[in-house]
Amino acid sequence: MQYLSKLLILIFLNIAFFQISVQAAEMKEPLHPEWSFEGPLGKFERASLQRGYQVYTEVCSGCHSMELLSYRNLMEEGGPEFSEAQVKAMAAAFEVKGAPDEYGDVVMRPAILSDKFASPYENEQQGRAANGGAYPPDLSVMVKARHGGADYVYSLLLGYEDAPEGMILDDGVYYNIYAKGQKIAMPQLLSAGAVEYSDGTEATSEQMARDVTMFLTWTAEPKLEARKRIGFKVITYLLILSFLLYFTNKQIWKESH
Amino acid sequence: MSENYVPKSAVGKWFNERLPLLDLIYGHLMPYPTPKNLNYFWTFGGILTFCLVTQIVTGLVLAMHYVADADLAFASVEHIMRDVNYGWLLRYIHANGASLFFMAVYIHMARSMFYGSYKEPRELIWIIGVFIFLLMIATAFMGYVLPWGQMSFWGATVITNLFSAIPIVGESVTNWLWGGYAVGSPLLTRFFTLHYLMPFLIFALVILHVWALHVPGNNNPEGIDVVKGSQDTVPFHPHYVVKDLFALVVFLIIFAGFVFFVPNLLGHTDNYIQANPLQTPEHIVPEWYFLPFYAILRAVPDKLGGVILMVSAIAILAFLPWLDTSKVRSAKYRPLYKQFVWLFFANTIFLGYLGAQVADGMYLIMGRIATVYYFAHFIVILPLLGYIEKTKPLPKSLSEPVLSKEEKEIIASGATT
Repeated sequence: MQYLSKLLILIFLNIAFFQISVQAAEMKEPLHPEWSFEGPLGKFERASLQRGYQVYTEVCSGCHSMELLSYRNLMEEGGPEFSEAQVKAMAAAFEVKGAPDEYGDVVMRPAILSDKFASPYENEQQGRAANGGAYPPDLSVMVKARHGGADYVYSLLLGYEDAPEGMILDDGVYYNIYAKGQKIAMPQLLSAGAVEYSDGTEATSEQMARDVTMFLTWTAEPKLEARKRIGFKVITYLLILSFLLYFTNKQIWKESH
Repeated sequence: MSENYVPKSAVGKWFNERLPLLDLIYGHLMPYPTPKNLNYFWTFGGILTFCLVTQIVTGLVLAMHYVADADLAFASVEHIMRDVNYGWLLRYIHANGASLFFMAVYIHMARSMFYGSYKEPRELIWIIGVFIFLLMIATAFMGYVLPWGQMSFWGATVITNLFSAIPIVGESVTNWLWGGYAVGSPLLTRFFTLHYLMPFLIFALVILHVWALHVPGNNNPEGIDVVKGSQDTVPFHPHYVVKDLFALVVFLIIFAGFVFFVPNLLGHTDNYIQANPLQTPEHIVPEWYFLPFYAILRAVPDKLGGVILMVSAIAILAFLPWLDTSKVRSAKYRPLYKQFVWLFFANTIFLGYLGAQVADGMYLIMGRIATVYYFAHFIVILPLLGYIEKTKPLPKSLSEPVLSKEEKEIIASGATT
């Protein structure tokens, strides 16, 4: 422990006081599609969020957890807004650990609205073991945890190309033009037709990337719509108030010069 | 404060005779004679009081839902963002409020420097202010640690490790601060309690700050003494109550712009990744408002030296009233100082820019030059200016500079208005 803390101290001393040599492998400027949630009155596209949930469940959730979300969130205002019956049915498709039974054994039971999203792994170690040592990060707040946000996530999902000649990639490492150092441990998964949309939308890779990024933006910022709606009212109110105060102030000071 | 408050109700009278609290508050808020020429830079005192109260009120509610434990803190903040009624609003106000608080305090300090408000007889007001600033720094730093994201953790690690630079006892002090051998739950818990305590200490100092201010009264853009109750002053209410309110509402529009439309602009994306002691972010940066001091810290290749210089950069402010040897307060009447003070502001902003860069090559060299200049401003330029600067003649009263030529002639000829 003592040794470890000394080692740690050495590491950040290096960071804090000496030159940090960032291997700033050139990061490519991400794509910037038009997002409906941008702008002062932006909103999510309900249908896109619902498709995005499908992409997440059928593709991403095989490896990535989403620990901060509960099934009930899927029917809340400002989200995908599935109906209660739909969400109950969707939740029931997942098995989660129930309370211990009378013999103390933990029994698996179908998930209900109040359950958190089922995770693909028991723990981080299991996740690492299943993915060649690279732990697939939790996706709950991913869009807010990466520089470039939704644009970056969208671009990354579409950034897979053949590695340039002469570049040797280790096993389980893939070439992606938007990844740091152009290398990423996540394989390309969103190839055309990877999911079959229940609403009949054609599942091109762009469409899936768009939908799942929209969904991930919502999971990271579930109150985005309410925030912008309230913000618009607050600023309008403050603007009117500031006008009134400006003229009141002028009136008061009229005789004081 | 000359007029006494006469309560209108019987209860008010009964109370005020036994404890003249209403009298005291009334005196400081209503008739308090204030120079009539204060510009909008003087509205930041009120704005800062608002910021402090906002931080305390939102913080109080956040504390009801937050859990100060290394394993639970990150999720508890997300619980606030998702499940607590308007929790997202409270948290975004609190987080952006800290930034806006610093924005306001820097303008407030710059105003004081520009108009020489720290000079005799207002030295103590300024010194109390420096202590408020110091407490604000500590409070904001500890608050940033609480969400327990990557920047929280590594920021706390870098800063608490600065104490290990103290000769001989450094390591023991650091371990004592940590409550262990690494940054973890014990540190988080004590940071939380201190983060809760300090705003109340700030509040107490703010009362002293205002009390001390109301003894000599406000400085003003001309930097000259005004006679209380003369035509140079106006009662605080309604003149400055309304002017301050107007400025506050304009400030609130900017505040709301951040909170509702770009709530994460001033934060770091890495802080949405839960703290991981095994993974160092490639570039540890503090919040924007600490960047100038961070640049000074890194300008020195020696750890202890860096720490001493960074602490000195703040401590030296307390000596400003005596380092500045000029008797003239306002930069308006100090042609040389006016240029140097702007240069100082620009240099500090430049230091902030450098603090955000990787301290390497040219950036490091520029950081060193800017650091030297920061200190030179206080220990070389300011003391010298008082002796070599030829100041402009000061007006006799506040009315003089705003009067037209004809009006001045009328006054000079002895007529009264």
